[in-house]
Amino acid sequence: MALLPVKFDLKKRVKLAQTVWFMYWFAVLAGVLVLSMGLFFKIELRKRSELMDNNESHFLPNLLILMGLIACSINVFGGKVCYDSLDPEKFAKWKPMLKTYLVFCVGFNALLLVTALLCFLMRIPMQFTLAEGLRNGMRYYKDTDTPGRCYMKRTLDLMQIEFRCCGNDNYRDWFEIQWVSNRYLDFSSKEVRDRIGSNVDGQYLMDGVPFSCCNPSSPRPCIQAQMTNNSAHYSYDHYTEDLNVWKRGCRDALLSYYGGMMSTIGALVILVTMLEAGVTVGMQYVHSSLSNLANPEDPESESEGWLLEKTVKETFTDIMDKMKSMGKGSKVEEGEAAVETVS
Amino acid sequence: MPFMPVKFNLQKRVKLAQGLWMLYWFSVIAGILIFSLGIFFKIELRKRSEMMDNNESHLVPNLLILVGLLACGLNAFGGKVCHDSLDPIKFSKWKPMLKTYLLLCCSFNVLLVLVSLLCFLMQFSVYLTLAEGLSYAIRFYKDTDTPGRCFMKRTLDMTQIEFHCCGNNNFRDWFEVQWISNRYLDMSNDVVKDRVLSNVEGKYLMDSVPFSCCNPGSPRPCIQHHLTNNSAHYDYDHRTEELNIWTRGCLEALFSYYSSLMSSIGVFVLFAIILESVDMAGLKYLSTALETMAEPENPECESEGWLLEKGVKETFSDLLTKLKTLGRTNQVEGGDAPEANT
Repeated sequence: MALLPVKFDLKKRVKLAQTVWFMYWFAVLAGVLVLSMGLFFKIELRKRSELMDNNESHFLPNLLILMGLIACSINVFGGKVCYDSLDPEKFAKWKPMLKTYLVFCVGFNALLLVTALLCFLMRIPMQFTLAEGLRNGMRYYKDTDTPGRCYMKRTLDLMQIEFRCCGNDNYRDWFEIQWVSNRYLDFSSKEVRDRIGSNVDGQYLMDGVPFSCCNPSSPRPCIQAQMTNNSAHYSYDHYTEDLNVWKRGCRDALLSYYGGMMSTIGALVILVTMLEAGVTVGMQYVHSSLSNLANPEDPESESEGWLLEKTVKETFTDIMDKMKSMGKGSKVEEGEAAVETVS
Repeated sequence: MPFMPVKFNLQKRVKLAQGLWMLYWFSVIAGILIFSLGIFFKIELRKRSEMMDNNESHLVPNLLILVGLLACGLNAFGGKVCHDSLDPIKFSKWKPMLKTYLLLCCSFNVLLVLVSLLCFLMQFSVYLTLAEGLSYAIRFYKDTDTPGRCFMKRTLDMTQIEFHCCGNNNFRDWFEVQWISNRYLDMSNDVVKDRVLSNVEGKYLMDSVPFSCCNPGSPRPCIQHHLTNNSAHYDYDHRTEELNIWTRGCLEALFSYYSSLMSSIGVFVLFAIILESVDMAGLKYLSTALETMAEPENPECESEGWLLEKGVKETFSDLLTKLKTLGRTNQVEGGDAPEANT
């Protein structure tokens, strides 16, 4: 008893083939979309690779690019087969490959679903990568003369300006590191020497933040230095001052940016999976309806198309039997080879 | 003697009609592009309208939007005519309108030339508006409590950050205005009082710039205050320090942005003019080829198509005579009317 059988006459077959061909072209566009999303994600990761300590995982964008390319190629092939399906001679050429093709499509769909799941799960390792990378980024902010780190200051400044954030968790992170290079500190000055002497690591710490933390929406000119000292500035209370510097931490900001991107990509991949499932089902119907024409010579005869030749349970047991016989076949071959070598 | 005649058989006519139909659809897309460029330009002007003192001229973007819509409409009609041209019954419906349509297309092309010219010439107006607007913007930077100007500080800061510029012509423009509001100045402080009294207008001037002038590419943390005082900072010489703050003026930066935008739009409109002219020529050939069929009943007969029925000189003199007769008829009618009155 076939699963979900549908009767087809010539007109219905033609309509089905045309619809499935059309859907295949949409699926090609969807494949291109997945490819471009993978490329975009890869570029975005590369752009801020310095802030992720140069060891971010490119697994997900590479997978998306691969899936996009495979989707494009199998959908183009499927579209071609659909186009030829109404001409019996051309279709006979493709017929033997169709069964393998459909099995491959099912496998590909499963892989797409796994990719979509990964898009949502990879947020967690990204969190750790960002936390570590940003901490190091801030520590190397002052090292504009060290090869390999000269652009850390610029990258961090541009990022704080673009994402409207300051520091790792908040702006106080800047109070805990020395972000002014020793080249620009006058060591003959008593004030500088006092500050350096005041902590164990000998760092020049201050309650100031870089200019990129400043919020342009503040009604007063930005207060960057001596931020916790109310008396240093007229009419200033650092407890109530909201708009002076960005309050958000950069880890938060970057994570929500990348997280949002990955969630959107994941949702789109799920939609693409549904589309692919649809075209696979359509192709199966086209294949089955053309394979059992009542009268093979007469193209206008009736035929029946189905999703599975037998029911789900029977198909499953069939596959298990096939795999067992394949396993037994190789065992028998091994046994024979062993017997041959022994004798 | 017709101008540039070409012989057509059925196959050639069909090919011409198909090619022209495709070209008309490209022209529709070009029209849509002009429309969207007009909208984009309008949005860009609106975004920085505060920098231009809110009196920038929206003539060019409005014209572009209008021209884009007209182009879409005219080219869609032309495409429809081409599509129907191979069916004599459908084509006879459009035949009487074709002459007027071609005249309309001609005047539309003239309009496009005008728009393209404006795109290049209005850049001067944009420059002057920007110069005035920016000087006001710098003056009103501190007025974050004045209604109508509260966002000037934010807009100017974001502009300086985005366009990598500082001040109107250069960063010294900030030394000439008071950019800190009096609300944040301790008037009881001697230093403040001295500064305010040191100039005629009683402004608190200093040799400092806002934070948005800072260049993130500088190797050292940004020096905003006491810019001209070398001894205020360790190892600092303001004459040789290049990367500390942006050295470019915002007038130059904004103007180069808008002028390149307007020039690109102008060049694109020139392409559209060429495309429209080709469309017109093609349609003229198609319509004349279909009109001069040797045997109107036999669609497969030969025919001849041309650009102008007579030579260029003759067509021109014909036009002039027509205009003159129009004028004379008016005069004659005018002469008749007074006679009728008397």
